[in-house]
Amino acid sequence: MSTLAALAATTDNPVADFGDTPWWLSLVKALLVFVFLLINTLLVIWFERRVIGRMQQRPGPNRAGPFGLLQTLADGVKLALKEDIVPKAADKIMFWAAPAIAGAMAFVSFAIIPMGGTVWMFGHKTPLQLTDTPIATLLVLAVAGVGVYGIVLAGWSSGSTYPLLGGLRSSAQVISYEIAMGLALVAVFLYAGSMSTSQIVFAQNDLWYIVPAFFSFVVYVITMVGETNRLPFDLAEGEGELTGGFHTEYSSLKFAMFFLGEYVNMFTVSALATTLFLGGPAAPPGIAAIGDGMLNGGWWGLLWFVVKLWLFMFFFVWLRGSLPRVRYDQFMRLGWKVLIPTTLVWVVMVAFIRAAELGFLGDSKVSLLGRDFPRATLFIIACIALAVLVAAWFYDNHQVKRRAELEEARAMDEEIDPFAGGHPVPPLPGQRLVEPPLALSAARPAPVTDSGSEENRG
Amino acid sequence: MAAVGVAGLLLFGVAMVMRRLLAPVSANPVRLTTYESGVDPVGSHWAQTQVRYLGFAFLYVIFAVDAVYLFPWATVLRDADLGAASLAEMGIFIAVLLVGLVHAARRGLLRWLP
Repeated sequence: MSTLAALAATTDNPVADFGDTPWWLSLVKALLVFVFLLINTLLVIWFERRVIGRMQQRPGPNRAGPFGLLQTLADGVKLALKEDIVPKAADKIMFWAAPAIAGAMAFVSFAIIPMGGTVWMFGHKTPLQLTDTPIATLLVLAVAGVGVYGIVLAGWSSGSTYPLLGGLRSSAQVISYEIAMGLALVAVFLYAGSMSTSQIVFAQNDLWYIVPAFFSFVVYVITMVGETNRLPFDLAEGEGELTGGFHTEYSSLKFAMFFLGEYVNMFTVSALATTLFLGGPAAPPGIAAIGDGMLNGGWWGLLWFVVKLWLFMFFFVWLRGSLPRVRYDQFMRLGWKVLIPTTLVWVVMVAFIRAAELGFLGDSKVSLLGRDFPRATLFIIACIALAVLVAAWFYDNHQVKRRAELEEARAMDEEIDPFAGGHPVPPLPGQRLVEPPLALSAARPAPVTDSGSEENRG
Repeated sequence: MAAVGVAGLLLFGVAMVMRRLLAPVSANPVRLTTYESGVDPVGSHWAQTQVRYLGFAFLYVIFAVDAVYLFPWATVLRDADLGAASLAEMGIFIAVLLVGLVHAARRGLLRWLP
């Protein structure tokens, strides 16, 4: 632990060395990042449709090209050949600007993601990362904030009710979840002592932050689904409620821009999760030990990075395949009443654990199972456990009381037979359904005394 | 960074030019009306919406500023001169914010339906 603290204490500047990277090489790398994202987007849309197809026991697209791989390309060309409609009621300039903002901003964040180790490229030794700054992670949050303008402006400028509601929903959703996301990242900064992505990856040499910052990871994963407007949080474009949400009025390639932006955003938030919690381009623990780390770093990093990235992609698809859309009030309640307060408490907790590790709270140690733990850390963990127990106790009491109240309210309700009028009717407030008997027991020859109710049912 | 942004805008521009060259244009004026599930649009666009979004916007400002203070602090916690004192101060700061959030919740500001 002391070595880790010493590592973090050195500097908050990036570890990645861009000294040997001429400007033209940066341009080449920018182009490569761009192509990487475009190809991955084409693949992930195909992947999503195929995987969801498997989950729903149907083949999914399998006609265009081998395994249907070219389906996305065909869809893209089809969109380009569609007529582009700008409604009469729309604000023309903003209607044009919105998809451009949504599409362009999605790509920017990827510039600070370390995608591999240091490699030789055209005779120069350069890190597989476009750029890095001491506040690189803040840039992602900032760009995500600008990206919301794409959706909000699209909703506002369409001059139509559905998009307006979709845009409003989306802005409230994204600002609510951005706070929880930022707070979850603070714990990582506390551990790494830096906001530079390469420095954070470097600080995870000993231990990936998914272990010490596990709660942050959980919160981040929830918020990243909320931020990218994906199911189960895709309320901004809920088809059942708002037809298409913010992109109802969009057609042709402008519509495609929103979709491209959404998928690239998925890659960006997944890449950030990989960088902050899963060691970025570092090899998984078992493989990193093989051959003195020969499979770790350099171009190999790109492989591990892509594998981790696609694991998140699969997670996104899996969520979409298994969860229904949440209700809007439940979604906001989760954000404001659960995620934000718990994450604030978690940040304070991590701060105290870090302070104990750094020795601000006394240096005495306790030996347990052959390992030394600082006494302060143990004390804090005990306090947290106590707090959690107390909270759970209060919550449990509250639940018991609520259940009792509900039972009481139910007992006062009047019982009705839903089939009394010949066809089933739902209960009114103050009424309670009599459950009809199960099919099996209903099929049995009824005792003579029961024939009255059978007649009633018609 | 800027290069990627420019590349993104370039992509948009090229795509738009390509679309203009390839896509058909119909002269029918009806297609320019607002979409309302197939029926003629009712009333004017830009309808009024509930003010309930406003509370969340205000709270967002408060907590965004909170996050802005937390980020730089997270990187100086390791500093021996600042560490212990800033820890206590941040604890108080966050406690005050939490009390504020609990107050907002108790006043029903976080309840979606009135």
